[in-house]
Amino acid sequence: MLPTSKVVSPPSDDKRWKIVDGLMRRHGHEPCALIEVLHKVQETFGFLTEESLSYVAASLRVPYSKVFGVATFYHFFTMKPPGKHTCVVCTGTACYIKGAPTLLNAVQEVAGIKQGETTKDGNLSLLTARCLGSCGLAPAAVFDGQVSGKMTTEKVKERIHMYLDSEAMAMEARK
Amino acid sequence: MNQDDLANIAVQTKQNDSRYDHVIKVCVAAGCLSANSEQVKTQLESEVKQRGLEGCCKVKGVGCMGLCAAGPLVANEGNEKMFQSVTPADAAAIIDDVVDHKPAPSAIVMDSNLDFFKRQKKIVLENSGEIDPERIEDYIAADGYEALFHVITMLNPAEVIEQITKSGLRGRGGAGFPTGLKWITVAKASGNRKYVICNADEGDPGAFMDRSVLESDPHRVLEGMAIAGYAVGAEKGFIYCRAEYPLAVKRLRVAIREAENIGLLGLNIGDTHFDFKVEVRLGAGAFVCGEETALIASIEGGRGTPRPRPPFPAQQGLWGDPTLINNVETFANIPPIIRRGGEWFASIGTEKSKGTKVFALAGRVKNTGLIEVPMGVTLREIIFKLGGGIPDGRRFKAVQSGGPSGGCVPEQYLDIPVDYDSLASVGSIMGSGGMIVMDDTSCMVDVARFFMDFCMSESCGKCVPCRVGTTQMHNILDRITKGKAGPKDLELLQRLTGMVKAASLCGLGQTAPNPTLTTLRYFMDEYRAHIEEGRCPAGVCHPAKAEAEVSA
Ligand SMILES: Cc1cc2nc3c(=O)[nH]c(=O)nc-3n(C[C@H](O)[C@H](O)[C@H](O)COP(=O)(O)O)c2cc1C
Repeated sequence: MLPTSKVVSPPSDDKRWKIVDGLMRRHGHEPCALIEVLHKVQETFGFLTEESLSYVAASLRVPYSKVFGVATFYHFFTMKPPGKHTCVVCTGTACYIKGAPTLLNAVQEVAGIKQGETTKDGNLSLLTARCLGSCGLAPAAVFDGQVSGKMTTEKVKERIHMYLDSEAMAMEARK
Repeated sequence: MNQDDLANIAVQTKQNDSRYDHVIKVCVAAGCLSANSEQVKTQLESEVKQRGLEGCCKVKGVGCMGLCAAGPLVANEGNEKMFQSVTPADAAAIIDDVVDHKPAPSAIVMDSNLDFFKRQKKIVLENSGEIDPERIEDYIAADGYEALFHVITMLNPAEVIEQITKSGLRGRGGAGFPTGLKWITVAKASGNRKYVICNADEGDPGAFMDRSVLESDPHRVLEGMAIAGYAVGAEKGFIYCRAEYPLAVKRLRVAIREAENIGLLGLNIGDTHFDFKVEVRLGAGAFVCGEETALIASIEGGRGTPRPRPPFPAQQGLWGDPTLINNVETFANIPPIIRRGGEWFASIGTEKSKGTKVFALAGRVKNTGLIEVPMGVTLREIIFKLGGGIPDGRRFKAVQSGGPSGGCVPEQYLDIPVDYDSLASVGSIMGSGGMIVMDDTSCMVDVARFFMDFCMSESCGKCVPCRVGTTQMHNILDRITKGKAGPKDLELLQRLTGMVKAASLCGLGQTAPNPTLTTLRYFMDEYRAHIEEGRCPAGVCHPAKAEAEVSA
C-alpha cells in the first residue's frame, strides 16, 4: 500500500500552495485527481510552470511526462503568464456567423498582438474561446472575466483602448 | 428523510409562496446575468422594500426563460406579464405594472403571446424560468425527487428500465441511441462496481442547452442520475462538466450539497438501502472529451484520447467497470418519464423519435435563445415561427444542426420534420441541439472551412486519418476561399472526405467531413464560383484579390 500522506514539499514557501495541498489531500493524493489539481494550480497562480508541474507529479506520484502531457493536451491550461487584463473573443459558430472574425481582427489591430499573445508591457492578453455558450448574445467577448454580449467592433475597440490607455497613463504618472 | 418528509417540504414551500400576492421573477442564468440581471434583481428588491411591499411581493431569481437575445428578462408569476431588456432603472416601472397595474413603458414590455413562447412544449425546461435553481425546496415543490422516491420504494430496477424503454427515449447527446437499451446493457453487465456518468461537456460550439438546464434546474439532472444509478446498480455518479461553464458548475455543487444535506443523495436515500453519491469533474477545454471513451480517460486523470469500441463503456468503462454514460438532457427527461409513465412520453413526438428536444437557436434569426419543441415539428416552423424569421430583410440560406459533426440543410428541406432519421436523410444529424441559422451573408465554403478548422485543432492526434485528414481537408478549403484552388482540389477533397469518414477511430473524425459534404452537395455553385470565377457570392472571402496577389 502506497502512503497517502504528502511526500514532497512545495517548490516555494508561497502560502498559496496550502490551497493546492488541501485539494490534493481531499482527493487522497489519488493520481486520477490530476486534472482537478492542475485546475486548482492555475486558478491559484494564474498559470502553470514546469516547477508547479513537477511538484504535482511528485505529490500524486504520476510521471512528470504524463503531467506535462495532460497540461499541454487541454486548451484550458496555459504555461504562459496572463496579462493584467484579458480579452477573450468567442469564436463559436453563432459568434462566427455574427462577425467574430471581424471583432478579432479589430482587437488584434488596436492592441498590436495576435490571439494567444500578451502585450509587451504585460498589460493585455488576447485569447479566443471555442464557445462560451452565450450564443443567444452573439457575438460575445469576455473582458477580465465578465461576459459581454452583442459586441460591435466599436465597443471592443473602446474597451481595448481603455486597457491600453490606462497603462499608458500609469506609465506617464510614474515618470 | 422519507416520503412524508418530502411531501412536507413541498407543502410548506407552497404555503410560504402563497403568502405573496405577486412574484416577480428575474432571470439569473448566464445570458441575462451578463446583461446585468443581478443588479436588476437587487434594484427590484430594494424598490419592494422601499414601498413596504415585502409581505405581498417577492422577487425571485429563476433560471433561463429562453429568449436570451432580449435579456435581461423579468416576468410575473404566471408569465402573463413579461419585460425585456430591463435595466435597474426600470425597477419602479415594473413594480408599478405588476402590483398597481400601471402599464410599464412599451419599450420594456414583451408580448408574452409570441409564437416563440406559445409554440413550445416544455418537459425538460418545465422548471426553467420558474424555480430558484439554488433552492432545493423550490424543486421539491415542483414535484422534484418524487420520481426518485417512487422508484426506490415501489419499483425494482427492471421495472424502472421498463418504463424508460417504453418511453422510447433516445440519447440527447447526439447519436440518439435508445436509452432503455443502454440501461439494460449496464444493468446486465457483471461487476461489483458500476458508475453513472453525466456528459455535460457540451462541446458543440453554438450549443448551450445543457448549460441552461444545469444553471436553471440542476436537481432534475441529479434526480435522473440517481434513478439511473438505482436501475443499473451503481452507487457513484460523475458529472463531467466543461470548465467554460463556471455558473453551471457552481449551481451543480450547491445542488449536490443541498441534496446531501437532506438525505436525497448519499447513504441510505429515503431510508432505503440505496446509496448514491455524485461528484463534479471539470473538463479542460477539449472537444474530443465529449466522446465517451475520451471523457472516461479524462475523468481518470489522463489525456482525453478515445479508444476503440468495443468494449463499450457499458461493459468496460470508468476504471474498467461497467459505466452508464448519458447526456444532461437525457437525464433531465428521466424524472418526468417516471412520474407520468413511459407511455405518456411515447405519445409525444414521431414514430421513431419520442418526446421533445431542446434547441439552442442562434445565428441569423430574430429570436435567438432556447426552445423546446415536440420531435417532428418542421425546421420552417422553428426558424420562421418560433425564431421569427431572418432579420434585416435578408434571405435564408441554410441551417446548421449537429455542430462540427452535422451538416448544413438548405431551403428546399425546410419542411422536413425535425427528428433523428429525417435530419440524417439529408446529410445532417440531430446532434445535441445547436441550431445555427445562416442567411445570404454567409459563405458556405467559408462555413465548411470554419468547421474543418475546428475539427483540425480539436483532433486529439491519436489516429492518422483524423489528424492528417482534417488538416489536409482544411488546407484545401482554405485554398478555395483564397482563390488558390483548381478543379483537381475539389476531386481530392471529395476523396478525402470518404477516407476520413471510413478510417477514423472515433466519432470526431468519422463525422468531421459532414459540414463539408453537405455544403458540397447543396452549395456546389458557391465552390465553383470561388474556383472558376475567383468570386465569393456572399462577399465573405476575397478569392480574386488573393489571386491577383499571387500572380503579381
Ligand atoms: C467528438 C464527439 C463529441 C461529443 N460531444 C458530446 C457532448 O459534448 N455531449 C454529449 O452529451 N455527448 C457528446 N458526444 C456523444 C457521446 O460520445 C455519447 O454518445 C453520449 O454522451 C451518450 O449519451 P446519450 O446516449 O444520452 O446521448 C460526443 C461524441 C463525439 C464523437
